[in-house]
Amino acid sequence: MVDPRTAAAAVVDPEIRAVTIEELGVLREVAVDSGGHVTVTITPTYSGCPAMELIRTDIRRALHAAGHDDVEVVTVLTPAWSTDMISESGRAKLAAAGIAPPGPAGPARLVTLTLSVRCPRCGSSDTEQLSRFGSTACKALWRCRSCAEPFDHIKAL
Amino acid sequence: MSTVDELLALGDDALIAAQRLGEWSARAPEMEEDIALANIALDQLGAARMLLTYAGELSDPPRTEDDLAFLRDDREFRNCLLVELPEADFGVTVAKLLFLSACQKLRYEAPGSDERLAGIAAKTVKESAYHLDHSTLWTVRLGDGTEESHRRMQAAVDGLWPYTHELFEDNDLRGSWLSTVEPVLAEATLDRPADGWAPTGGRRGLHTEHLSLLLAEMQVLHRAHPGARW
Repeated sequence: MVDPRTAAAAVVDPEIRAVTIEELGVLREVAVDSGGHVTVTITPTYSGCPAMELIRTDIRRALHAAGHDDVEVVTVLTPAWSTDMISESGRAKLAAAGIAPPGPAGPARLVTLTLSVRCPRCGSSDTEQLSRFGSTACKALWRCRSCAEPFDHIKAL
Repeated sequence: MSTVDELLALGDDALIAAQRLGEWSARAPEMEEDIALANIALDQLGAARMLLTYAGELSDPPRTEDDLAFLRDDREFRNCLLVELPEADFGVTVAKLLFLSACQKLRYEAPGSDERLAGIAAKTVKESAYHLDHSTLWTVRLGDGTEESHRRMQAAVDGLWPYTHELFEDNDLRGSWLSTVEPVLAEATLDRPADGWAPTGGRRGLHTEHLSLLLAEMQVLHRAHPGARW
């Protein structure tokens, strides 16, 4: 039987399959009581993130496969998720998948200040933003002026 | 103002705004904006779900988020009139989002003493900041753009300005809101309309006919198939 924490931590994000929910900072806690009841605590990235329902199902499926059937998935909002909660290994995997990881998240009012984003393919910092919103709530669309490739960028939040 | 009233005001503002923004799907002026408005609508819907779920739990008898969204009639909705107004022109959408997100950001920054509402607000405030940023860029681009875009942006601001007074009936944030919005209008070379007529009623359930039509579309599936779930 696989340890419940290990099983839950291995669940990948349904929309960015390169990273796990643990690396994204979505997985908060896995607790097991004496009766074997597993409580998994997660937090949403964005309020309306449509992947949350699927993440709950994937956690249940992973724990079932690991031999744990008595599972409860709890969602908490506090402290609010921030891109600063994405781990170093998560950032490296995002970059390897062609998605530019976020810079440090500043105070909410500073969002207009956009720092230069490094191209995840060629490493150039000569890049430009094409669209402030992308294929998921957490991404914006950028383009590299050096290698001409468009790429996703996780917005600092 | 009770916590339930506060939750319904915030939650219904977000829900009706989401429904209006969703109308732009596949119809926005450019593809990037199509994606942007759908994303903003999704943020608003997410906020509405958290706020209405909590409002429903505090209600007696308790109600679910679906009960509140799909089974209330227009007179039971507590959203401000601004969010229900139709958006035939993109300039109207931009001005509405500017006015609304500036207000939402201020309200989420000072959610009061309720711990769970504070937790929701700490999450949604970051999204409101991005919406405000986005609508600011568009206001400046259209206001300080061509003669045609300036004319339409000014018409939108003039037409919606009276409805902004209602946003501050249940709080004292208008001064802070003006400090946010007025510099944006100035940068966009738009005139700040004079204060005058101040239509009201939304927080008491007295709405324009536009809300009834919006609800008819939003609720028809749930009412045709009561209790149906995804």
